[in-house]
Amino acid sequence: MTYLAKRLLTFPLVMLGVSILVFVAIRMVPGDAITAMLGTEAGLLTPAQRQALAAYFGIDQPILVQYGHWLLGVFKGDLGISVIHGKPVLGIILERFPLTLELALLSMMIAILVGLPAGIFAATRTEKLSDLGVRIIAMIGQSTPNFVTGLLLIYALSAGFGILPTMGEFTPLTVDPLKNLGQMILPAITLGFAFAASVARISRSAMLDVLSEDYVRTARSRGAPKRWVIWRHALPNALIPVVTISGVEFGYLLGGAVLVEQIFALPGLGRLVLEAILQRDYALVQGCVLFIAFNFMVVNLLVDLAYVALDPRIRLGEGS
Amino acid sequence: MGRHFSTKFITGLTLAAALCASALSAPASAASLKMAWKQDATGLDPHKQTAFSSIRLLELIYEPLVRFDKDLQIVPAVASSWEFAPDAKQITFKLDPKAKFQDGKPVTSADVKASFERLLDEKTAAAARANFLSIASIEAPDPQAVIFKLSQPDVPLLTAMASINAAIVPAAEITAGTVGTKALGSGPFKLDKWEPNSKETLSANKDWAGGKVGVDGIDISVLPDETAILAALRTKQVDFALINDPLVATLIPNEKSLVLNRTPVLAYHVLQLNPSRKPMDNLAVRQAISCAVDRQDVLDTASVGEGKVTGPLTMPGYTADASTLPCYKKDLTKAKKLMADAGFGSGFSATVIAANGEPATAAAEAQVLQSQLAEIGIKLDIKMMELNVYVDAWLKGDFDMAVALNGGRADPYSMYNRYFTKTGNLQKVSNYIDDTLDSLMQKGRVETDPAKRKTIFADFEKHLVEVSPWIWLYTSYSYTAQQKNVQGFQPTPEGSLFGLSKVSLN
Repeated sequence: MTYLAKRLLTFPLVMLGVSILVFVAIRMVPGDAITAMLGTEAGLLTPAQRQALAAYFGIDQPILVQYGHWLLGVFKGDLGISVIHGKPVLGIILERFPLTLELALLSMMIAILVGLPAGIFAATRTEKLSDLGVRIIAMIGQSTPNFVTGLLLIYALSAGFGILPTMGEFTPLTVDPLKNLGQMILPAITLGFAFAASVARISRSAMLDVLSEDYVRTARSRGAPKRWVIWRHALPNALIPVVTISGVEFGYLLGGAVLVEQIFALPGLGRLVLEAILQRDYALVQGCVLFIAFNFMVVNLLVDLAYVALDPRIRLGEGS
Repeated sequence: MGRHFSTKFITGLTLAAALCASALSAPASAASLKMAWKQDATGLDPHKQTAFSSIRLLELIYEPLVRFDKDLQIVPAVASSWEFAPDAKQITFKLDPKAKFQDGKPVTSADVKASFERLLDEKTAAAARANFLSIASIEAPDPQAVIFKLSQPDVPLLTAMASINAAIVPAAEITAGTVGTKALGSGPFKLDKWEPNSKETLSANKDWAGGKVGVDGIDISVLPDETAILAALRTKQVDFALINDPLVATLIPNEKSLVLNRTPVLAYHVLQLNPSRKPMDNLAVRQAISCAVDRQDVLDTASVGEGKVTGPLTMPGYTADASTLPCYKKDLTKAKKLMADAGFGSGFSATVIAANGEPATAAAEAQVLQSQLAEIGIKLDIKMMELNVYVDAWLKGDFDMAVALNGGRADPYSMYNRYFTKTGNLQKVSNYIDDTLDSLMQKGRVETDPAKRKTIFADFEKHLVEVSPWIWLYTSYSYTAQQKNVQGFQPTPEGSLFGLSKVSLN
């Protein structure tokens, strides 16, 4: 409990660091909201016009003053207003987040349901043809960029079968589950393929390590059935690196799968932050990054707590 | 084994059902046009927005006084007629009495006056203001008449007024400060819903003075990847789409159910040299570069031949036969001699900047130019940049050379006064001006005789190519793709989608 409290106390400090970093970084990149809106036509502006636009975008004040204003708003739960959307940043993020969360969960489901059994299967048949097969597929999965898998799926379905999920909009699960699944399944497979490959490789190697441990040999020598040994004795310990990799990947996915959201035209968090950066919508970039950082910290904390559940020998926060 | 098979079968069936349900879901309205584009509008204020993607949306909602037809001739929009005074220092417009805003209120001269005053007010921060500086005063003698008094003769002013940046907005909205937050124009479509970078819903304006709109509305989806747009067209999820990438466009004719509209546009691909930097300040070096570049090869390699080699003037009525322009035939011997004469016989190194994906051919153009200029000893280092970073460097003139796609205009003066006059706003970008160019531009601005204007700008073009501050390469096409049941779309050289007002679905 003390550990949990300590971890929770670090949250505001990390968020403060992230907020300073993103606030400065986005303003250090050449080009500003004015050139993002007007492109080369920005060269036609008079100094007075430029000043008027800078005031409109809130970039006419010194950076410290801008940061102070924004931070004050954040403490009040106001992440600012997006100049592109003309709406509060928090509202836009919360509109986009369900899609991203669902996509991340579906991808993780695919990864665990496919990757974990595949890894265990390969570990129990080490150096056999089936092990080699799993390793080759996992290698392909890990080395194929998401956008290649996504584009191949789109091409194969549209050119080969004349079908394609509805693109450019998002139907929430609660509104029409079947339509929602239709929209999400291909992006989830695209992401899940690479994710499953990582899980398969990690679970295979972790399982191989655990299977050579003394306690597993002891269990076997006592005549315990093979399946029992694998699932009851070996798997829980082999799961720790799998949980780590899954947690990290899941954390990334909660930040939005930019390329996959672009290809499948899904209005998720990744696309939102990308567009905000390209259009120099500072408040939106800052809000999104802060939100993503918060999610990442929560996921990391949950991963740490999962270690304790999986291996009671692990005691969090007791020395180093 | 049997249980495994049935699990797989059920999973596969669910997947297929989900995809089919999603793919076959019914459109919002049978007579609504389903459309897709890659880039969305960045705002709704017609006076402020200059991005191509914004203009394409806003010209469906708003109207200027006049507009261009498919041959770039000026035709009525909100104004039904207009007349220049003999000294070209006054234009009088008569407004169309049927013209109404989408809230049913008539468009009056007070709205026109208020719109132009807003545009000219520096606080509005409209970049297009630069095109209207000759307007000294605006009078509205009656609700249907507007008189623009000019400080000097300004023939190209009328073409500038055809831009959506000179749209007429309701005076009441200007007073209320809601222009840009509420889209209220007099155009063929009303904007019902806009989710930036995601989708737009437009409905037909039943009161539109231009006549009956052929569809009930337009549902626009933003699909950021053009391969996905092609897939959506193939599967009939989309009726009509805007395509930017020539490589994707060339795949459309392979699809039996689709039609590709391919229209030459005014925008030009160019290699901008920076004559304020050594050794590009040397005329012979610039001319050597011009002679060493094989423009047709750049077009064929970077843009799969989709376009036409061009000189500076790309608008109908002024375009010259490019092959007659100096050094438009690759001449390596002459180029090497010019380099040697300038004292750069062994070449030099320079950096060329280009924007990622803007245009889609930018990187390929830079690579072809790199290999061509290597033949005369110029070692080009290619620096690819994110668009906004590129624009920042471009506006500061912070480059040795830049690969660019610059917008064209229907009038040569409006197109080049920003770069090649002594008072041009973008002198810092072109970094080149001489008395001949400036004087020809000033003559062209006040000349009202079309034949004489053509001669003036032909001389301007020839001189510009001779002094070679930039190497003009080619003009490309604007592409739209549509299902065969979409009828009546009329593309224009500005890449306008206003033709959607006459489209119907059979």
